[in-house]
Amino acid sequence: MSARQQAAQERDPVQQAAHVRYVLRLADTSLVLGQRLGEWVGHAPALEEDLGLANLALDLIGQARLLLSYAGELEGRGRDEDALAFLRDAPEFANLTLAEQPNGDFGHTIVRQWLIDAWQLEIYQGLLMSADSRLGAIAAKALKETRYHHRFSSGWLIRLGDGTPESHDRVQAALGCLWRFTAELFAADDVDERMQAAAIAPALAELAPRWSARIDEDLAAATLRRPAAQPYPWHGRRGVHTEHLGHMLAEMQHLQRSYPGVQW
Amino acid sequence: MPAVIESGAAAARVQAVWALLAEVADPELPVLSIVDLGIVRHVRFEGDGRLHVGITPTYSGCPATEVIRSAVRTALDAAALADAVLEEVLAPAWTSDWLTSAARAKLEAFGIAPPAQAASSPRHLWRAPLVTCPRCGSRATERVSEFGSTPCKAHYRCSACREPFDYFKCL
Repeated sequence: MSARQQAAQERDPVQQAAHVRYVLRLADTSLVLGQRLGEWVGHAPALEEDLGLANLALDLIGQARLLLSYAGELEGRGRDEDALAFLRDAPEFANLTLAEQPNGDFGHTIVRQWLIDAWQLEIYQGLLMSADSRLGAIAAKALKETRYHHRFSSGWLIRLGDGTPESHDRVQAALGCLWRFTAELFAADDVDERMQAAAIAPALAELAPRWSARIDEDLAAATLRRPAAQPYPWHGRRGVHTEHLGHMLAEMQHLQRSYPGVQW
Repeated sequence: MPAVIESGAAAARVQAVWALLAEVADPELPVLSIVDLGIVRHVRFEGDGRLHVGITPTYSGCPATEVIRSAVRTALDAAALADAVLEEVLAPAWTSDWLTSAARAKLEAFGIAPPAQAASSPRHLWRAPLVTCPRCGSRATERVSEFGSTPCKAHYRCSACREPFDYFKCL
């Protein structure tokens, strides 16, 4: 962002806090989803899919590192990417509730991945024109990787949905289980509105129909039914999480918490 | 290697640093240098009188990025350029289109199929690339996996010579 914008923001602590929060939400969604995918390593149904999920995780954690480092700089309290990833408790995490949901079976993981890939495609595309040039640069990089992720996840969604009765029923059930968390994807709050007004973030209301159209297109190809809308919004982005995040963080943060500052 | 328009001794030193960096091998593709891969974005003297070297990550999460950074630092230190500033460049985002033609030839000779098409348009994702087998030259190849041993590669198999091989993805 320009020096003038930065100076204006420094004068407005509420705006600055919203900016940090906005970047943290993107960072945490990538970090938590990447950590979940990492749980598949050595357990995926085939070697190719093991490699695929691990590669997705690698990209997501790479994106999280760029975003967390930036959030730490914006915050100005001396926290780096590691401090933010490993030394925050669950209520300080701001990821989408959907990202922290457990892996379930392979089809369940694919449905979760595909819903978030389609969301990240819209968000990163929208951020290309951000007034915050650093965020725009990170988005441009992440967008290219996310296109690959969506190709992988939508490809599997179609193969499983339009596959055997067993695979069809399992992904349809996963969709039914995870759909309630999608109400959060485009539910704008004060942070989003401030960022949108400052031209830092795209308008969520404009992205929602594009996400929806992409989802419908993939569902049709996969012969899957779109579940009914469930308006209850989950609040992971505001730090209110399902019980699953705490367990995941306990494992992810164990080493840094037990041996502060440890490196290899 | 981009042309550097500078005068006299500074230009010669910049060229020498480019040559130095052209000797730094990529840790995962040792047949290529970081200059071949387009990872080195700039080498220049800036207003502070110090040499600035810009490098860009290939994939956001590429584990080689940190190894590359320390290899560049080591090369600069060894050339008595310890005060050089090493900076990360994020924009424009790295693309496989930046591989030099020499790099493509080296990849092929090494047994890795180079990117089959320009990545400049996202449409390339929806066209199946025509990948040539680096061993026998046949175009009768099939994709085994979208992902391979490193973030930048996919796994292919040749239907003619039956050999598996790595394909450098378009990004």
